[in-house]
Amino acid sequence: MRFETPATTNPIDQLTVIGKPIDRIDGPLKTTGTARYGYEHHEAVPNPAYGYVVGSAIAKGRIADMDLAAVKAAPGVRAIVTADNAGKLGKGERNTATLLGGPEIEHYHQAIALVVADTFEQARAAAGLVHVDYVKAEGAFDLAAVKDTGEPRPLFGGPADTALGDFSGAFAAAPVQLDATYTTPDQAHAMMEPHASIAAWTGDKLTLWTSNQMIAWGVGDVAKTLGIPKENVRLISPFVGGGFGGKLFVRSDALLAALGARAAGRPVKVALQRPLMFNNTTHRPATIQRIRIGATRDGKITAIGHEEWSGNLPGGRPEGAVSQTRLLYAGANRMTATRLAALNLAEGNAMRAPGEASGMMALEIAIDEMAEKLGIDPIEFRILNDTQIDPEKPARPFSQRQLTECFRAGADRFGWSKRNPQPGKVRDGRWTIGIGTAAAFRNNLLVKSAARVRLDNNSTVTVETDMTDIGTGSYTIIAQTAAEMMGVPLEKVVVRLGDSTFPVSSGSGGQFGGNNSTAGVYAACVKLREAIAQKLGFNSAEAEFADGEVRSGNRKVPLAQAAGEGGLTAEDGIEYGDLDKKYQQSTFGAHFVEVGVDVATAEIRVRRMLAVCAAGRILNPKTARSQVIGAMTMGVGAALMEELVVDKRAGFFVNHDLAAYEVPVHADIPHQDMIFLDETDPMSSPMKAKGVAELGICGVAAAVANAVYNATGVRVRDYPITLDKLLEQMPNVG
Amino acid sequence: MKSPSDFELSRRKLLAGSAASVALTAAPSIVNAQSPAVPSEVAIAEISALSKVSFTVNGTARGLTLDPRTTLLDALREHLRLTGTKKGCDHGQCGACTVIVGGRRINSCMTLAVMHEGERITTIEGLGTPDNMHPMQAAFVKHDGYQCGYCTPGQICSAVAVLDEIKAGIPSHVSADLNAPPQLSNAELRERMSGNICRCGAYSNIAEAISEVAGRPA
Repeated sequence: MRFETPATTNPIDQLTVIGKPIDRIDGPLKTTGTARYGYEHHEAVPNPAYGYVVGSAIAKGRIADMDLAAVKAAPGVRAIVTADNAGKLGKGERNTATLLGGPEIEHYHQAIALVVADTFEQARAAAGLVHVDYVKAEGAFDLAAVKDTGEPRPLFGGPADTALGDFSGAFAAAPVQLDATYTTPDQAHAMMEPHASIAAWTGDKLTLWTSNQMIAWGVGDVAKTLGIPKENVRLISPFVGGGFGGKLFVRSDALLAALGARAAGRPVKVALQRPLMFNNTTHRPATIQRIRIGATRDGKITAIGHEEWSGNLPGGRPEGAVSQTRLLYAGANRMTATRLAALNLAEGNAMRAPGEASGMMALEIAIDEMAEKLGIDPIEFRILNDTQIDPEKPARPFSQRQLTECFRAGADRFGWSKRNPQPGKVRDGRWTIGIGTAAAFRNNLLVKSAARVRLDNNSTVTVETDMTDIGTGSYTIIAQTAAEMMGVPLEKVVVRLGDSTFPVSSGSGGQFGGNNSTAGVYAACVKLREAIAQKLGFNSAEAEFADGEVRSGNRKVPLAQAAGEGGLTAEDGIEYGDLDKKYQQSTFGAHFVEVGVDVATAEIRVRRMLAVCAAGRILNPKTARSQVIGAMTMGVGAALMEELVVDKRAGFFVNHDLAAYEVPVHADIPHQDMIFLDETDPMSSPMKAKGVAELGICGVAAAVANAVYNATGVRVRDYPITLDKLLEQMPNVG
Repeated sequence: MKSPSDFELSRRKLLAGSAASVALTAAPSIVNAQSPAVPSEVAIAEISALSKVSFTVNGTARGLTLDPRTTLLDALREHLRLTGTKKGCDHGQCGACTVIVGGRRINSCMTLAVMHEGERITTIEGLGTPDNMHPMQAAFVKHDGYQCGYCTPGQICSAVAVLDEIKAGIPSHVSADLNAPPQLSNAELRERMSGNICRCGAYSNIAEAISEVAGRPA
């Protein structure tokens, strides 16, 4: 199905199942421990050997010699895979560094060997016997030191640099100016399920049970890396224990399991050891961002400029932190610039809202600073500079844009009017209290997506698509879509996901999964409805599907009967025209945060949080709300604790486990409040939905930062905001 | 003065040596008739020093003969195929492997299986099934107290044990008065659950689920 003109009324608009806060259909499996993740397919693979990954102990250089004699002699060892014996390997289109290093080493903890043994304990012990002689080479590990060697590199969905009007002239002439530099650190996805795979060969055909967000990408890159036809690779990933972008790509667990299974002549399972993950896999790269804003005294932005420096392995991409600044606020004179320097840390890549999450961390502090300079309420300043058109391309309107409405609704709910704009004036015992806000902004992406739908003679509707559910609620919203389209109760829908033998979906990433995968299911259901109507001799345009029946005029036939003995199957997908070119499709929100800062220790506690989001039709308010509050939680982490600390001499992330890379825990997060504004976006798809999962993180950290400023009067521009950065300047109020 | 890489190499050798000294006796698992089949193609003759352990898992007596280095977590997941208990970090840092042993919650990755002779172990599978969920499991579904689901079994086992800890009068870091019975306050609940990381960030919903089961407002 081609989606080329704005959606009109369709069966989804009935909202009998869609739009309802339905419990997840996979909930009983997940809460009873019966959902099967990548490492857990005992029924399918009853007798695997175990692989243990050895990572490089240097960041850059080469392996001079690898002594495996002791490993080979160790009990239970069945195979050792190294670059030396793995045969010729390619590199996945979406990998920057090779997944099996050697002799060249591209980054610390790059996998250099897999030891396969009969048991996990044997493999782990034998892996400790690998002896490697390295020749170290000089590398670059300090972004600040190399940033000026950076070159322009295009970011996701846009050029490296943009300009409109005369930024320098307008900025110089502006009566009120801000010129500030912000930094964001390297961050880790730190999803709870490690990257894990089980590989089994049948002749030259490979099956991988794995944990991956993008099944079709994975098939392609596994095949390319192994140098085998795509048809010989099957990926199965029914449950994914968190991804956040870290499982968009094939990683070393999958490749090494495949190579290990080939070498051992037996299925092999591999889970990346947690302390290996942080330097072995991808991370959100650090940024340095300079923001300049010029405005008239009454608060109209006349010049806005945003420059970004980030680093990556050669061939990698920039973070893209300037992307939202191209679209969020009006201003006739503007510029953005993206510079990427070469760094020899592990590969930087997408993490939840790549670009915007980092960019909003900086931009939305800058807006708060500018509002204060102007003496204007920060919400009013944002509303004053709201725009309904793409500020860089004035001919393009936004399809929907309720930024102002989000702020108004949020201010009301949160009690913004009670905020004292003078920092450090509100006390609650030993806590100084502050309130902060920030806009939320993230683009809506249109990605083609297909599905197969089958109606059986007991009126069961089975949906198959290679879509994944990484905690997002895909199972549930896909079931809701099929139930709505086919007029059956939710209990009659079976959803099967994450198998490369199913039609190719959008996959899960970039907050595009929900809208696009359900739109693909919609398309397949339309085709199935047509097949049913045709079989019954109904006019398919007039046929109604409700209560387990097909109706047309005064005729009605139960679906089970319509299906017949053999059942009926339809396959189709959604493909998009240029509605995302004609209209800028984005999602909007406003975050509100209240913090308390201990006046003596500068300990920061988040006390209240609210997000108001306008993101198209909300297909399931329960799961969508969870996506947003989860993103708010990750935003608190970005604001207050998350930082991969770089050892700038040896070139690696020092805090590479879950004890030292701190993420929010229960005690860090208060009750979270969130509101969805009513919205349908007919430009996005027949579902009229958009993404929410990444919108929820964009701006949160800045709202926390602005609240900390309001509480203390201390402006921290280098994330994370830890108490040591506050202490020296804390007001003497103890 | 040695360079960092020299240190790295010598440290590796040292670790390798000590690992080898315990690796000699490693062998696959053999289980008794009560256990399902497990990976065991290796000839029994290779096995020289396996350990036996018997305990009760979810009310059923289980006997295992396994490598003494096997953690309780791997015994459950790989030998008994009870994969509901999750391996998130294998280092006691995340809580995904939480199980209830003798009525108290522990990180099953931080303890060896052979240390639990005769003990009663409850895993997520022992609390309820999809068709007959424990009230805590049902509350997690109702309040959407999970997303990807990977930390969820650990969260639920912890939550069940937390309520019992409070009933038993065991104080926590945030208990104001160590001599008074602890209350199931918001702060107590969040403190006691803080060993269970949820990267999806379902904490607010988890707190509501636990509060409902405990019969108090979140």
